[in-house]
Amino acid sequence: MSTALAQLSGFLKAALGDQAVVTDPAVLRTYECDGLTAYRAVPGVVLLPANAGEVQQCVRACRRYDVPFVARGSGTGLSGGAMPSTEGALIVTAKLNRILDIDAGNRRAIVEPGVFNAAISQAVAPQGLYYAPDPSSQQICSIGGNVAENSGGAHCLKYGFTVHHVTGLEICTPDGDLVTVGAGKAAEAPGYDLTGVFIGSEGTLGIATKIYVRLLRKPESVVTVLAAFDDLASAGASVAAIVAAGLTPAAAEIMDALAISAAEKAVDCRYPAGAGAVLVVEVDGPAAEVAAEHVAIEQICHDNGAFEIRRAADAAERAALWRGRKSAFAAVGRISPDYIVQDGVVPRTALAQVLAEIEELASRHGIRVANVFHAGDGNLHPLVLYNADEPGALESAEQVSGAILDLCIAHGGSITGEHGVGVEKAPHMAHMFGADDLQTMQLVRCAFDPGGRANPGKVFPTPRLCGEPRGRRQAIDAPVDPDRDPVVW
Amino acid sequence: MTRADETIRALAEVCGTDAVRTAGEGDTVGGSQPRWVARPEGTRGLAALMRVCHERELTVVARGEGTKLEWGRPPATVDVLVDTGRLAGVQEHFVEDLVATVGAGTPLRAVQAALARHGQRVAIDPGTAAATVGGILSTGEAGPLRLGYGPPRDLLIGVEFVRADGTVARSGGRVVKNVAGYDIGKLLCGSYGTLALIASATFKLHPLPVAVSYVTRAVRSPMEAHELLQELIDSPVTPAAIEIDLPNPGGGTRRATAGARREPGGTLAVLLEGSESGVTARAEQTRRLLGGDTAAAPEPPPWWGHYPFGQGDVALKLAAPVADLYAAMYALHDAFGGTVPIRGSVGVGVCYVGLPVAGPRSGALSGARVPTSQAARQAAQVTEVLDAVRTILLARGGTCVVLDAPAAVRDRLDMWGPVEGLDLMRAVKAQFDPDRRLAPGRFVGGI
Repeated sequence: MSTALAQLSGFLKAALGDQAVVTDPAVLRTYECDGLTAYRAVPGVVLLPANAGEVQQCVRACRRYDVPFVARGSGTGLSGGAMPSTEGALIVTAKLNRILDIDAGNRRAIVEPGVFNAAISQAVAPQGLYYAPDPSSQQICSIGGNVAENSGGAHCLKYGFTVHHVTGLEICTPDGDLVTVGAGKAAEAPGYDLTGVFIGSEGTLGIATKIYVRLLRKPESVVTVLAAFDDLASAGASVAAIVAAGLTPAAAEIMDALAISAAEKAVDCRYPAGAGAVLVVEVDGPAAEVAAEHVAIEQICHDNGAFEIRRAADAAERAALWRGRKSAFAAVGRISPDYIVQDGVVPRTALAQVLAEIEELASRHGIRVANVFHAGDGNLHPLVLYNADEPGALESAEQVSGAILDLCIAHGGSITGEHGVGVEKAPHMAHMFGADDLQTMQLVRCAFDPGGRANPGKVFPTPRLCGEPRGRRQAIDAPVDPDRDPVVW
Repeated sequence: MTRADETIRALAEVCGTDAVRTAGEGDTVGGSQPRWVARPEGTRGLAALMRVCHERELTVVARGEGTKLEWGRPPATVDVLVDTGRLAGVQEHFVEDLVATVGAGTPLRAVQAALARHGQRVAIDPGTAAATVGGILSTGEAGPLRLGYGPPRDLLIGVEFVRADGTVARSGGRVVKNVAGYDIGKLLCGSYGTLALIASATFKLHPLPVAVSYVTRAVRSPMEAHELLQELIDSPVTPAAIEIDLPNPGGGTRRATAGARREPGGTLAVLLEGSESGVTARAEQTRRLLGGDTAAAPEPPPWWGHYPFGQGDVALKLAAPVADLYAAMYALHDAFGGTVPIRGSVGVGVCYVGLPVAGPRSGALSGARVPTSQAARQAAQVTEVLDAVRTILLARGGTCVVLDAPAAVRDRLDMWGPVEGLDLMRAVKAQFDPDRRLAPGRFVGGI
């Protein structure tokens, strides 16, 4: 442990108590990665503040001893955004887990960052309300992590992402100031939209300590339709036709044959036999609209060659239709010892073309790719399968995985739709954005974090100095050399 | 050659001689007199112009159609007024992807006309009908549809802009789902041109609704409207907009004001969008829910989407938690002591107010060219109203902003009210525009 880390630990043990400062190597090791387990680093120290004031004390101590810090919620992120630094502190927000206010009349709740996403909807369910963004890890992912990553979920096609549902924040800036930004329970407030730029900044602009979330009324009616097709192209064409017809489903998800077979092995979801692709479409809203919409959607699927269409009208049937889709990522473990979960976006109209190119790419490298994706908004999640025991397999898989991102960029898309850039995709940022674009983003970084202590090494490909730093000059990015052990899920 | 001649020549070199002129009286920005007006062509032209301004240390304000040029504080100085007229046009329309990129100088209605040919729209409907895309984004202006679709910042998926030193940069992209890098577009929305000049914007589009219905219900007071609003948002009818028009909110006041009891004439209006059968059913449902004197029509009421203020009024925007807005309306009425027209998006807790420059307590006055002492007195009256409303709103987490006011009065008003996070905002400004050349002083906290 470096001198600075030792001083920081000693200082915070005195200030917050021993229980808030973890230095035991065995315990530290449990924090070495987030959901992207291929990237690991044992944190120098783990801090467990219990409230916003303690978060502030931790961040101020990091400033005092010039120690970089990484914020972590539940550690479910898939891009290594919460991968610690061996020379830095990991500030874990799990203890900030209180729902501070439920204001049904104003359709808002105020929560601490460690509150689980699903816990908000559970808490407001008696009032007939819910919190819309629903990442697949919603049972355990924290709302603070959602803010950092601007998380989406299957239903963001209609309802948008975290940035559309968080109206204000209290943040601890990297210099240790607690600042309230945004509109709180109102719709807007004068000034720059600091909330908007903070959301999705992946922990590089500070730590959210209080979050104002929008609550929605539960839809009156929900209908889920599952359609089975011979091939991916027909399923994709159906989605394009649905959107072109002016229908806005809450979700439109596609799985290919390989993903279906994995799900069948894992959860016995009993999707129509022989399907080359299944499409799950959900519509919700006023009963008077949903009734017409699902009929139109079923017709479109039929016209595009669906050989079987199932419709769920109640919660139990809906759960059955979603079962295969929701288990898909984990289920792939049944057909491959190792895999990479990729996250890229292409314009919806390019889906068929890009999927064909991915298939071609995969076969050229002798690699299998299972496809599960949010078809409605063009968000692909190719699962690149490999066996780490085979020499060179990981390298091939990573090559294919990286090439998929280049395909997305070439088709006018994005390197990440919802998992974030983190540590994994920082090099790809320079493929998607020009030097001036990235330098402009650094201006924001320097405004919030002139000392370069908040989550260094993430999001941006190259280090940069901030103009007019308040202390001594230093690089934003500390060198990070992630231990890249492949890990079996 | 004088320095001014040199400057105009340098501007003409990058914009073309026809596209640069000496500014006239009609070019003022909130009373600030620009020296030159330049009309750069395209992003490259804008970047070249901004480099010249940077080299020559010239201050810059962008102007589209000029519908909101008076909004915000007057900039301390304006050397170059950048006319965005040649940054116009729908540059790309990916019809099947429901995405379009448009130049900042494009009037929104031109965008809507182009999109409508394909049965689409960008769900933005600001109160200034002639406004350009750049002006709408820079002021964060949003209309009734913000309830159903969010304000413009929610529909902006990519932006290209030019910084104070002429650097061209972009953030976002042309896909609707994208979390790569910081979303600079969010920062630019509502920044009043103080961080960068928007060159083009990429929007998420929506299909034009198959059917619409406007259900109207007569209301007598803010309290009645508030109660109906609660019913509405607790119901499953899912409106795309809920608007209110209270030409005379004092009419049915909870506190009887002597001699002020007038005919009500207020209206709550609900926009439903969807399929033919769905909208018909929901309109019926909405009418039953609202009870009383209701009507359903395929066209909006005449006041829909128009600001309640006119020339010479002090134009206010109030934003409050949705269930608390009515309290601010009463505070406003009580502080002003008379009739104030209120209109706006009560469904999201935002409303606009046209405050006559002189309150009823001192008799009617025109806004133009008032003597200094008179302006000071009027400003003091407006400040009194602002203080009362802001006090109520502060306790409830809302804000009251002066959008526009007659020049003599405006100079004496705190237009923005208290703003949280100013230090961070100043830090952002210092990074983007360290020499303070973009609309200096126009924004919050003197930014």
